[in-house]
Amino acid sequence: MASILDIDSISVRYGAIEALHKVSMKVSEGDIIALIGANGAGKSTLLKAIVNQVPLAEGSISFGGEVTGTSEKHRKSVPTHLLSKRGIALVPEGRHVFADMTVEENLDMGAFLVDDARLIARKKEEMFDFFPILGARKAQKTRSLSGGEQQMMAIARALMSSPRLLLLDEPGLGLAPLVVQDIFNKIAMINEQDKVTVFLVEQNARMALKASSSAYCLENGNIVLSGPSDELLVNDRVRAAYLGE
Amino acid sequence: MDTLVQYLQYLVNGLTLGAIYALIALGYTMVYGILKFINFAHGDILMIGAYTGLFTYTALLGESTNAAWMLIAFFIAMLVSMAFCALLGMFIERVAYKPLRNANRLAPLLSAIGVSFILSNGAAWLFGAQSRRFPYPFDDTPIMLGGISITPHQILTVVVSVIMMVVLTLFVNRSRMGKAMRATSLDQATSELMGIDVNRIISMTFAIGSALAAVGGILSAFDFRVYASMGTMTGLKAFVAAVIGGIGNIQGAMLGGVILGVLESIGAPLLHIPSALKDTIAFAVLIVILLVKPDGILGKNEREKV
Repeated sequence: MASILDIDSISVRYGAIEALHKVSMKVSEGDIIALIGANGAGKSTLLKAIVNQVPLAEGSISFGGEVTGTSEKHRKSVPTHLLSKRGIALVPEGRHVFADMTVEENLDMGAFLVDDARLIARKKEEMFDFFPILGARKAQKTRSLSGGEQQMMAIARALMSSPRLLLLDEPGLGLAPLVVQDIFNKIAMINEQDKVTVFLVEQNARMALKASSSAYCLENGNIVLSGPSDELLVNDRVRAAYLGE
Repeated sequence: MDTLVQYLQYLVNGLTLGAIYALIALGYTMVYGILKFINFAHGDILMIGAYTGLFTYTALLGESTNAAWMLIAFFIAMLVSMAFCALLGMFIERVAYKPLRNANRLAPLLSAIGVSFILSNGAAWLFGAQSRRFPYPFDDTPIMLGGISITPHQILTVVVSVIMMVVLTLFVNRSRMGKAMRATSLDQATSELMGIDVNRIISMTFAIGSALAAVGGILSAFDFRVYASMGTMTGLKAFVAAVIGGIGNIQGAMLGGVILGVLESIGAPLLHIPSALKDTIAFAVLIVILLVKPDGILGKNEREKV
């Protein structure tokens, strides 16, 4: 299968600290891929690098066969706000909903670059069907939603732009196990029905490995392991380091 | 009974003044909402707006005394002044603030003070130190309403201000770019992810704020004349109004402006404050607000749900 996202040996530095060291990954179109690792391993930095919210010190990133991020001085990375149009959507860690705006306004923002008003209306209806709770609360300020509802809202907002690649940063963070399960079911459905490639970053390694087809383990900014998720689930090192077994 | 009529008169005057404060306060609050930065050159934009309006108006009018043309010329002059100040605001942001966006928070503040000096001293140098009268574009004979005198220019001030505020509110709440502006003020990084060009939103914010300041400058010129440092005190008070209402909050700026205007107008006679000390009221109110409700009347406690 063709790879939709190609991360080629990227490094990211914050001052003297190297957050990512020569990380390479390939994400195949249509897959669910998981990136697992402890707190501070560099997972969120990797996602920020993909959307060009942190500069690359080395390496390059291609999306759909075109270079979107580069460390070279004479070539420019695609600005973050133009990546949404190319088909990349990120659901940031901690959800980052626009708390003072209504659910519907949040969805409008997700479709900011969509010109067709009818398409926006149709996508909103789809989202309200897919996440009924959002339909029921569409006129409410997002601030009043529960954590799980906000997470669904953030995912729905990302889907409004009909992305080809959905990046999810810790979608289960701080949520009750049942809610997490619900959200992971939705993610699987998004992948299956809408053919959206999913790149999932999770601390909850067991959930992530079960939900994905292949996975990478990040430790201190380095990829230390990768492979099909079902194999990693029984891998001794993964079991000891991430699954607490 | 006499005193009641008198205080109603103060109320009318206060509402007029407050409408002007509100227009100018909006520029402070919108910029603060997005950049968390106080644009101290904003007061001088209103001065430039007043000069631009005055020059355009007198040029358009020429020798004409046609009543209809006076009014039309006035509104054309206002639009020209709004457009000019919008461009000036965007230019200042681009040249003086944008390069400092990732610098120490004090740097853009100092830059703003520098811009303020450039504008006010530049105007004094170009247009002279003497103040100029802004001619009324109509006969300003007061209309008497049960003992209260209301002048046509007061009516104009309130009507124009209300229209501006209604249009702004509709823009911010209904339009795509207005919503993007609110989103940017809530969360810049996430707005970028939605495809919002934050730089464009910031430019637009400066343009809108400066255009509103231009209107405020022209309207205040009827009462306070046009001179190079006219923006200093009015700008400062509009800033106080923005803080009273809750800086960063658009409705707050409108409310704060009106409240401040009314308090100033009623407070001085009520507390027997000599009119030379009238300006102290605004700052006394500021101190009280900062002590009692530091986030302003409509400001919210920034306690985020984690």
